[in-house]
Amino acid sequence: MIRNQRSEVVVAYLLILPFALTYGVLFLWPTVQMVYLSFTDAPLIGAGTWIGLENYVEMFDDRRFWTSVKNTAYFVALTVIPNTLIGLGIAMMVSRLKGWQQSVILAMFFLPYILPVSVVYRIWAWMFNLQFGIMQYPLTWIFGEKTPVFRTQWMFMPAVAFVTIWWTCGFNILLFLSGLRSISTDIYEAAALDNANRWTIFRRITWPLIWPVTALVLTIQLILQLKIFDQVYLFVQGGRPDPSMVLVQYIYSQAFQKNEGGYAAAISVALFVIVIVFSVLQFQFLRARGEK
Amino acid sequence: MSAVESQSADARAATSSARSRTIKSIDIGGLILTLITVIFAVLWAFPIYWGMVTSLKPESQVISDTVEFLPRTWSFEAYWHVMVNTMIGRWYVNSLVTSLGVTAITLVTSALTAYALSQLRFPGRTVLWFLILASFMVPLTALIVNHFILMAQLSLINTWMGVILPQLIHPVVIIVYKNFFDSVPKEYREAAKMDSASEWRIFSRIYLPMNWGVTTALSIVIFIGAWNNFLWPFLAVSRPEMMNVAVGITQVNDAFGVQYARELAGAMMAAMLVAVLYLIFQRRVTQAIMLSAGVKG
Repeated sequence: MIRNQRSEVVVAYLLILPFALTYGVLFLWPTVQMVYLSFTDAPLIGAGTWIGLENYVEMFDDRRFWTSVKNTAYFVALTVIPNTLIGLGIAMMVSRLKGWQQSVILAMFFLPYILPVSVVYRIWAWMFNLQFGIMQYPLTWIFGEKTPVFRTQWMFMPAVAFVTIWWTCGFNILLFLSGLRSISTDIYEAAALDNANRWTIFRRITWPLIWPVTALVLTIQLILQLKIFDQVYLFVQGGRPDPSMVLVQYIYSQAFQKNEGGYAAAISVALFVIVIVFSVLQFQFLRARGEK
Repeated sequence: MSAVESQSADARAATSSARSRTIKSIDIGGLILTLITVIFAVLWAFPIYWGMVTSLKPESQVISDTVEFLPRTWSFEAYWHVMVNTMIGRWYVNSLVTSLGVTAITLVTSALTAYALSQLRFPGRTVLWFLILASFMVPLTALIVNHFILMAQLSLINTWMGVILPQLIHPVVIIVYKNFFDSVPKEYREAAKMDSASEWRIFSRIYLPMNWGVTTALSIVIFIGAWNNFLWPFLAVSRPEMMNVAVGITQVNDAFGVQYARELAGAMMAAMLVAVLYLIFQRRVTQAIMLSAGVKG
């Protein structure tokens, strides 16, 4: 029996070994290294000397860092809540349909989500193209002239947020759809008996019962959008990146363009901490929900 | 007894008449809602359609001031040009190899670990499980600098391995597998133990085959995720011939000229494989997304 147990332990460690190796080398080690690097003045590749908290002190005085924090927060504000509400709205519209009609309509809403970001970029760069873009028709109607959306400072972030919502909403729609399916139809029938109107039904039944899913989607979105890089980087290509710089992009520019490995690591630690704080909040939030 | 029955029958009649009344009265409203849904869905999918149609027009029709929802003449010139004048074939191979690599390695390492966590008792089990749960919160994006340094130290920049390795951290796959292995009835394992089957045999003949559905679902979403990943493949590769297709179509600027049909043809080709995968495995993709989000909840 004891032999048996011992062999079970050996087998268990053998099974875990490949994962433990990848996890240790590709996750734990880089994390430790990131923290260490943030206390040095090392370039991207090569050794540096220990400078203590200097990078962090510099960070607090760095206007471009705070701009990137502000832009990230702005992007989060522009995407998280709208994306969640639009997802709920579309899911409610889709859930009314049945059978193949539902599948087709759902696929039309979901398809953008499985596209690579560079394809999304190409499609929307063409949609908004200054000379020939089809979106110039409504833009001309609104602003009276053709508008270079991604070259106009105040329009850039809202436009990227708009494209991002179009791209990622499918995920939220799926979650809401499964949430809506789990609401018992009896409740709706009872409401119909009372001749409740659509708005009352939504406010009194759907909204409170779907709230757990809404909270989940909001927190997933929040953590996802804090890590924004791809879209901003792609749409700003050929223009000035500084005014619309976001956090991950600032890490990228410090590390890979300015060759400031140590400083980039310090900003990485900041991002790391921000995301973990929000994740812990999410976890507490969801646990509180579970206990109810 | 009969009084109760007739009462409930009355109630049922009242319910159904009320229902039919409301159905009649909201019918027009419902029809309008359906119509709005369809219009909205068409608008939502339109950019994809528009990109595709544009890529199938000759360049002279692309840069016209009128909007034509179908090409006057269909042309594959843009696709032909992209295939001949860019390295898109090579990029496709790179994407395929690295995405399959990420999928296969992630699935194998995760399934083995999940089996050990779910079925075996060993010292450190709880610690490992908490480490995995905790790493769920960690933003891998914050590790790009050190992933790059590590890959450079291992001389893996501009290689397939360099693209694959940092994408292997998917704690959610272990969590999903563990949940499914936990719910396999204990009797199977006990019976196999009686026949003195090895752990490997139990895993590969019972636990894995019983969960093929999960494996399929997970593998499709991991594959699509790796195919679509931009940031890391973009950092890990600078040589055009080693780029993934999603990176290649945006980074090789002179690859297309400034010809819109060609840019879009490249984009359509980059999206083709995952779009087809999704359309074939729609239900699996949906299932996998639910699974991974459900765990988060």
